[in-house]
Amino acid sequence: MTDFKYSIDDDRIASIIWDSEGKSINTLTLESSVELNNAIERALKEDNLKGIIIGSNKKDFSAGMDLIVLQSMMKESKGNFSGLAFKTIMEIHRTLRKLELAGRDKKSKKRSVPVVWACPGLSAGIGTEIGLACHYRIVSDDPRVKVGLPETLVGLFPFGGGTTRLMRSLGALGSSQILLEGKMFSASAAKSVGLVDEVVEAKNLINAAKEWIFNASEEDTYKPWDKANFKVPGGAPYQPSGFLTFVGASAMVNGRTQGLYPAHRALMSAAYEGLLVPFEDALRIEARWAVKLLTIPSTYNMIRSLFVNKSALEKGRARPKDIAKQNVKFLGIIGAGMMGSGIAYVSAMAGINVVLIDASKSTAEAGKGKVGAILQEGVKRRKTTPEEMKSVLARINATDDYNELKDADLIIEAVFENGQLKADVTKKVTKYISKTTIIASNTSTIPISDLAKASINEKNFVGIHFFSPVHKMQLLEIIKGEKTGDRAVSKALDFAKQIRKTPIVVNDSRYFYANRCIIPYINEGVRMVGTGVKAALIENGARQLGMPVGPLQLIDETSIDLANQISTATRNALGKKYIPDESDDVLKYMVENGRLGRKVNAGFYNYDENGNRLNLWPDIASAWPNHPNQPDVDTVKNRLALIQALEAIRAFEENVLMDIRDGDVGAILGWGCIPWAGGPFGWLDLMGTEKILELCKQYSNIYGQRFIAPRLVHDLHKRQQKFYDLVAQ
Amino acid sequence: MSEAYIYDSIRSPRAKGKKDGALHEVTAVKLSADMLRALKNRNNLDTTLIADVIWGNVTQVGEQGGCLARSAVLLAGYEISVPGLSINRFCASGLEAINLAANQIKAGAGDAYIAGGVEMMSRVPMGSDGAAVAVDPDLTFGSCFVPQGIAADIIATEFGFSRQDLDLYAVESHKRATNAWKNGRFKNSVIPINDQNGLMIVEKDELFRTDTTLETLGSLKPSFKDIGENMPGFDNVAKLKYPHLERIEHNHHAGNSSGIVDGASAILIGSKSFGEKTGFKPRAKILHSEKVGSDPTIMLTGPIPATNRLLKNRGMKIEDVDLFEVNEAFSAVVLRFMQAFDVEQDRINVNGGAIALGHPLGATGSMILGTLLDEMERSNKGLGLATLCVASGMGSATLIELV
Repeated sequence: MTDFKYSIDDDRIASIIWDSEGKSINTLTLESSVELNNAIERALKEDNLKGIIIGSNKKDFSAGMDLIVLQSMMKESKGNFSGLAFKTIMEIHRTLRKLELAGRDKKSKKRSVPVVWACPGLSAGIGTEIGLACHYRIVSDDPRVKVGLPETLVGLFPFGGGTTRLMRSLGALGSSQILLEGKMFSASAAKSVGLVDEVVEAKNLINAAKEWIFNASEEDTYKPWDKANFKVPGGAPYQPSGFLTFVGASAMVNGRTQGLYPAHRALMSAAYEGLLVPFEDALRIEARWAVKLLTIPSTYNMIRSLFVNKSALEKGRARPKDIAKQNVKFLGIIGAGMMGSGIAYVSAMAGINVVLIDASKSTAEAGKGKVGAILQEGVKRRKTTPEEMKSVLARINATDDYNELKDADLIIEAVFENGQLKADVTKKVTKYISKTTIIASNTSTIPISDLAKASINEKNFVGIHFFSPVHKMQLLEIIKGEKTGDRAVSKALDFAKQIRKTPIVVNDSRYFYANRCIIPYINEGVRMVGTGVKAALIENGARQLGMPVGPLQLIDETSIDLANQISTATRNALGKKYIPDESDDVLKYMVENGRLGRKVNAGFYNYDENGNRLNLWPDIASAWPNHPNQPDVDTVKNRLALIQALEAIRAFEENVLMDIRDGDVGAILGWGCIPWAGGPFGWLDLMGTEKILELCKQYSNIYGQRFIAPRLVHDLHKRQQKFYDLVAQ
Repeated sequence: MSEAYIYDSIRSPRAKGKKDGALHEVTAVKLSADMLRALKNRNNLDTTLIADVIWGNVTQVGEQGGCLARSAVLLAGYEISVPGLSINRFCASGLEAINLAANQIKAGAGDAYIAGGVEMMSRVPMGSDGAAVAVDPDLTFGSCFVPQGIAADIIATEFGFSRQDLDLYAVESHKRATNAWKNGRFKNSVIPINDQNGLMIVEKDELFRTDTTLETLGSLKPSFKDIGENMPGFDNVAKLKYPHLERIEHNHHAGNSSGIVDGASAILIGSKSFGEKTGFKPRAKILHSEKVGSDPTIMLTGPIPATNRLLKNRGMKIEDVDLFEVNEAFSAVVLRFMQAFDVEQDRINVNGGAIALGHPLGATGSMILGTLLDEMERSNKGLGLATLCVASGMGSATLIELV
């Protein structure tokens, strides 16, 4: 039994065909990498060998390294992890180098045989790195072809030779979007960036590979770095042509990643140091940096959240097991605003027929127009074909006629965030649909159990919180009301899978999980303003924590008057029990001065007439003068991280959040919360309960009771446990 | 312990560091040897008395590589017994050469040294020797490297110097340099450079302008805005270290930054007994020197901790110093020095500086010490301090006393 099937044909061409046993997609494990090596050695021993084809028996070539295997290796091996990991990676390097040299021997003047990579579909990570070791790369023109090295997206970098080979074949500039950004390329794009050599019709893939072998010259079997007079494209670090590029690359990556991502650092070092030495030394250097990266705890956390747990959620970990699959065929959306049209777009893209309803035909049409605009942008950027655009738009019926809902098997209410309005719409919808049809409300703040009361059957009512912009944000927060049934939850999850979003399921409460954590983050930033912390320090501190957007920029987006209304309402409701908060006056001042946020082009930031963000509003510093003793940036970072993490813990204690793994995946995908640490719980574990308790004590004394440590932190500390000891992984 | 004295000080004219600069045709070793020959000839120096020639030079590749100091000694026709030592502390190399020589004399290791430096910036471009500090990710990610121009802009932003402040300072530098040349203040030290036939190549500094005004500088575009804000975006790196800054204001430009020039300088340093032995008259005593590391990102504030350390170790106050030379790497460097010590501008760089005259990296340190000495003698000032900011975040300072 082997994952790599070996054969040799009458033309003396050996085929090594990847076909992982019992898996729908090929992934490389420790065992299968040995099998690949054995297959290569077997081929190279053949008499009269003419060439080697590396291909796949599945629709795709490979999804890359089996990261679950890697993760368990990182978790289980204790003392000698570095030594073992180095040895393992070097074995892979040797295997691929064997393939690349393909029997060439200087002493006996033996020539290489031509080696060609034939990729039928997706190829990621080590799959692509196997391709890069071949002499020629052919991919099929199948639309499913995506080729790339997405390692940095999960906290790794290409350490199966990909970094070393691409730096030498494409140079620093040519390889940056492949290596640093982890982009996946369609067949034609992969060819134009230089990842592959040829795109052929799917049915001709193997023939084209053979054809290339028949015609290959000896020169074709030499990689540029194996030829005399090899020069690094664009220049090596200490060549005049390359020096400034490398100075700039280092600074650019450091600045853009806020120095938070060890994978990018390791990649940059492997690239730089690798170009100063011969090829084989460079591979060894690449392996050393890989090992270094794998021993950093945040790397483990990133893989855990961004690959293992994210994939598990996408595969339906949170789904009730005994409910039959209920794919959505016909979706009804009420409300053709920004959210409604975004939902229409992602649904129609997934092949679902949509009826998009608004109060008037013209507003519904305007909503469809927004879908058209997103598609048009896709066409412009060559992500969508004009034909696709046409067929997607044809799936959307924009109307004001509720009768059109009668065949819908899922309704999503996406009207303005107002409880009464939502209840009215829900009541109206129920008149036009069957009693068994699931109704979902897209809301980010209003309790689902309250909204459900307007429906006929609360069992069939569920919350689906989409994040804005819908077509870009990966997360769906699915909310179970008190009476929401398993069928409704399953329906929402099946829909999530159809539209390729990552779902988490949470229990109902005000603000659910995401906004429950985001709002305190925003408020903490506003409070800092109210106590004289420099606005720039708050915003830069947030970015240095790894947040995509500072709290002041975020409240500008979400609207300052809304925050002020919430604060005023809370104050009125609590009366004397209300604890005055430093943010109250700041919000009031902003609203009184017409600084309502981006929607009016005036908030904590100034904006130009086109809504482009300019500088921070200088008057903030006049109204709340900068305190002479500014906190250090670590205090700002810790305050902003802790305020979110503590709220996440409370959500978990209250069973709003049912699983901390969902809490981390949701936080990263929903609002970009500390991805480098693997999310808020990952961050808490990296800090350790001792440090967290110390910060809670200190901050609750200085800044207020909201920083008092939840029970669970004390419990874990007593038991010497981490948060992730609470889940079985 | 011995004392170290300055017996003589010379420099070359500073010529534009471009292909059309007057010294572009001259080799680094010849210009260095010219300095050594001039010191020998005008003092009738017995070169067997020289313990070492310590030569500051930053870009030590090509013709400036291979221990240029020893090459210059050989070309100058010094006794074969005189060795040579090339050193690099970036912009303070020339001053560091003097400090090394003085400290060895003080410790009894040798009686006389020649210390100085050279930089042929038109021939050996700045940065052409590479620099791990700028490019090796293992280092730069943690240290947050930014180029010097960005660092100067950080200083100006952090300490509140406007474009006008920077330009006003630059205008004054040109005014003072013009005045100094007009009044012959450099005449005892500047050595005309001749060719091998004795034909004069250049005898006067080339860079300074008599007509520089706020208006002429006003039209110059900021030099570091693009690399700061766009590609590759050094401002993002700067803000990692200076997170309280909303943005870096980019106000330095070619006119308020030091000029790129070719040049060399040398100082003859000896013990008291060297003077007695040769009959040379000491001009100044080298009292004290310091060097210090500082934050590598803002990079150019080193003169402040270096001066502070020097004052502290000598038990002095800033008021005790009569005259300063603070290298004009960028306007903001000097403005920040004045601000930090509350020193008036009429005690600093009174004959102009590197903005007007140019900054031949490896030579500047010994040049400004020579300029300081000349001015102390002219205006009869007792104590003078020369200090330079240094790439990678360092500072050097030297205190001298008129004899």
